[in-house]
This record gives sequence, structure tokens and C-alpha cells, in this order.
Amino acid sequence: MHYSSGDAACGQREPLMKLVAASDSSMLVLFADENAPGTQAKVLGLFHALQARHDPRIRNLHPGYVSLLVDFDPLVMTHEEVAVLVDSAADAGFDRPPDAGNIVDIPVCYGGEFGPDLSDVAAHAHLSEDEVVRIHAGGDYQVAFLGFTAGFAYLSGMPEALSMPRLATPRRAVAAGSVGIAGGQTGIYPTETPGGWRLIGRTPLRMFDPKAGQPTRVVPGDRVRFVSINSTEYERLAQERG
Amino acid sequence: MTIRVLKPGLSTTVQDLGRYGYAHLGISPCGAADTVSLRIANLLVGNEEYAAVLEMTLLGATLEFERNTIVAISGANCACKVGQYRIPVNTSVEVPAGAVLQCGNMTGGARAYVAVRGGVDVPLVMGSASTDLRGGFGGIEGRGLRAGDVIQAGKATRSSPKHLRTGAIDGLPRSGLNRVTRGAQREWFSDDEYTKFLATSFTASEQSDRAGLRLKGGPIQPLEQKQLLTDGIPLGAVQVPQDGQPIILFVDQQTTGGYPKIASVIAADMHRIGQLRPRDEVRFAEVSVAEAIEALRAQERWLKDIWQNS
Repeated sequence: MHYSSGDAACGQREPLMKLVAASDSSMLVLFADENAPGTQAKVLGLFHALQARHDPRIRNLHPGYVSLLVDFDPLVMTHEEVAVLVDSAADAGFDRPPDAGNIVDIPVCYGGEFGPDLSDVAAHAHLSEDEVVRIHAGGDYQVAFLGFTAGFAYLSGMPEALSMPRLATPRRAVAAGSVGIAGGQTGIYPTETPGGWRLIGRTPLRMFDPKAGQPTRVVPGDRVRFVSINSTEYERLAQERG
Repeated sequence: MTIRVLKPGLSTTVQDLGRYGYAHLGISPCGAADTVSLRIANLLVGNEEYAAVLEMTLLGATLEFERNTIVAISGANCACKVGQYRIPVNTSVEVPAGAVLQCGNMTGGARAYVAVRGGVDVPLVMGSASTDLRGGFGGIEGRGLRAGDVIQAGKATRSSPKHLRTGAIDGLPRSGLNRVTRGAQREWFSDDEYTKFLATSFTASEQSDRAGLRLKGGPIQPLEQKQLLTDGIPLGAVQVPQDGQPIILFVDQQTTGGYPKIASVIAADMHRIGQLRPRDEVRFAEVSVAEAIEALRAQERWLKDIWQNS
């Protein structure tokens, strides 16, 4: 069932916004089929607008690159009511300024045992390892969404030069804090899991703490800066973390 | 009141109705794979229906109770005994102090739920007692039970145990077709391929777990191998990876994914997915969203209607 543009009883639907029933309990709000500039700001804007409503009928919000999945209790809410809510949020204007979101510094010790794939990424990019570190740490990133595992942040904004396909065979275990590259995206493993991203470094920070009031270090929309640190600094921060 | 784990069974975890409101942090709902059985087990011992219970998988646990208490087991049959005495599923049973509850191999389903009067008492993490096995938190240290674990039962509420009407539970279908609505990427598949998906008799793979029910059969192929930009996954979505073998994304699922989703199992049938055993036949039938919601309402009415004097 589609809730395409023009279905709304009132207001002007955001251009290129499409609503699809993804299940009997969820609605997928799609902004574009391509990862066009400005789309991420709309996804995050709608996510924040709906989150701010604290509507008890909504169980979960799942932002993606170009979409937001709204999961709701179908015994108390209908797809049509979700569509009205989304439209009213759109009417209020949810385009976020590109600099919205907290700025979070993530210290990273690049290369060596923490970044076993740094040399492969450098060779693939025809750059030196130092240049890869300089470019990666010099990027301006935004948390597009979290997924894959609890607290895993997908960051947009990685410089194109560092793009590299993921490993053909994923590692059985990637250490918590590992910073990796997969295609044009970069991310941080919050806990030890299997994974196929190219590992270029590791942060000593705890990215996920289920018992903390705010369980993840970053949330969708945050700006992230990587700060290159040496192994001595890594050990010091790791000890502070405990 | 403490419960000592003598044998953990194959995979036994603490679960409640799940952890909602954290998907944007990548946190899965978790919770019981068969919430209908969890709710029945809780009501049988006089708990709130959302209390935490033990979910056992394929092979049950052996538990020793420190004091007199009331327990109930719902879901699959698992040849449960207290001492010498066989105890039936879906019945509340008084267990004397020091008694041992022994649960065996399951038949007629994959999971059984042990509710204890007062509920299983573990610290709530993000509002839920449920074990998140992939994230390693919730329940007992974020893991399955081990021999030697000691579990606390909470304080009982004032409500008294309920009793099922004779034969009432037979009204809950356990086999047959799994109803689905169209998935977010249904149009990525040709009509022929979608028809094939609905006509295929799949088999549940041994590699299935709480994160995904892996199916063998088909294969089902999308129209073209285009890359999906990672999007949110609803509970019960049927995704089709490159090998064409569908996966029903389940309670411990990833919150986002990059494979096209051809269909979604309706909320009213998710409890059936939780009872699928390896090598079980799995078939799908399409219904409309309106029919899916009516089925869920009917299930809620059924859940209210199965009790004596209610």
C-alpha cells in the first residue's frame, strides 16, 4: 500500500517524499532513491521532529541513508495516522541546518596492530599511510544513522579518495573501538563482532555502554571529528576509561 | 526466592516483551520469540503479562527452586517433570521448596517459556529485562544461562493465577501458512518471482537463530542486482540476500540492512515464527494490511477469552 504524494488530506507533501507500508506495524518514509545532497538533513530532520513528539504509539524510529522507518503499535495507530503525522512534521519544515548536532571528537590511534588494513587502504588509494591518516582525520563527518549492532555509527562525509570495498572474507572478530572503511563510508565498531570493514585504527573511547543514561557516544545527526593520537596517548585514555 | 540452574538446556535466556525506543541507536527489540506463550505463561502464575520469564530453546533447562512457588510452562511441549511427576504445559503448578523442575526435548515447537510467580528479577537495561545476545547486555550478564547461575524471582503481585478454559489453547494455530504483507522493496521483484516466493515451500535452516530465521528454497531473485541504500528493517521483514535464500528478520535482528525486503510477516503470526524448528516447512500467504491488523485484533480478543471466569 502506498501513501504517495497527494494522499494527504491537507498540506503540501515534501517533494520526492514517498510513504510505503513496510509491514502491518511500520511505515517507510523515503526521501529519494539516490543519496542526493540534502537528503540526509531531511531524514534527520524528520527523525528529530518525530522523536520530539514522544508519541507513545510510536515504538521505534530507524533512520537510514535516505529513509526513516516508523515502527508503531498497530492496535492503537494506523498507517494513515502516521502519514498525517509525517505530513504535519513536513509542513512545519524539518530541513535541519547542515551544522546542527553536537560535535564529538573521537581520538584514534591509526595503523599498527590497531589498523591492520591501513597499508592496503593506502596502496588502493595510491597514497602514503600518513596521507591516508591526514585525510581521514581531516574529514568532516556526520552520523547518518546507527545500525548493524548496538551503537554502530554509520558516518557520512568520508573523502572519496579513501573509498575501498570491504574485505572479501569478513574477520571473525573485530575489536571494540576499531575504525573501518567500507566503500565510501566509515564507521566505528562499538563492541567486538565479526566484520568485513577495512580497519585503519582504533579509538580507546567506549562507544557503547548499555547501562549509561545515554548508551551510545554518538546519536544520529552528531558531527564527528577524528583526532590522530599516538599509542602512548591511546594507552593513557584506555586506562582512564577503565 | 532463588532459582538455581542445574542444567541450562540448549539456549535459555531471560526475556520479556522486548526493548523498544532504541532502534535509532542500533539496538534490537529482543524479547520473547513467541510473545503469545510468554503472556499466557505469566497470566497462569498471576504475573503481569509482560513480566520477565525464561525462554528455552529445543532442549529445556533443569532448575531447582529454593522455596515453594508457582510456575507455569507455555509454548512447545518439553516433557517437564517435577521430581517423578509429569507436568503439562499451560497449567500452573505448585512447586515445593527444594524441588527440581526438569524440562526435556521439545516437540510441536521450538521454544517453551517458564514463568515463575513474581517474575524473573534482573536489572532492567533500557527499560527491559530481555537478553540481547549480540549486544551482550540485559538478562543475566547479556548471555544465555549456564549451570550454576542463580536467578532471583521478584515479589508476587496481588493478582491470583488464572486458569485456562478446557481446550481454549487449541484455538491458537501452530502450523500452516505464515501470513505476510508486501515488503518495502516488493517492486524490486518481478510478479513471476513474487508469485514464486508465495508458492514455494521453504525449509527452516539449522543456522537460524533469534536474529534471523534462514530459509532454504527458491532461490528468489530480484529484477536486477542493484545496491539498496541501507534502510530500517521492521520486525518480521523477509529479506532476500544475493544467494536468493530468504531470511525472516527476527527479534534479535539488525535494526538496519542493505538487502531488499520482499514481504513482512504479520504481527499476529510472529509467534508462529518463534516456534519454527530446523527443517520445518515454511510457506507464505499474502494478506492486506487491513486483514493483518484484523488478525492481530482477533488474536488479542482470543487472548482475553481463553480464561475461566473471564
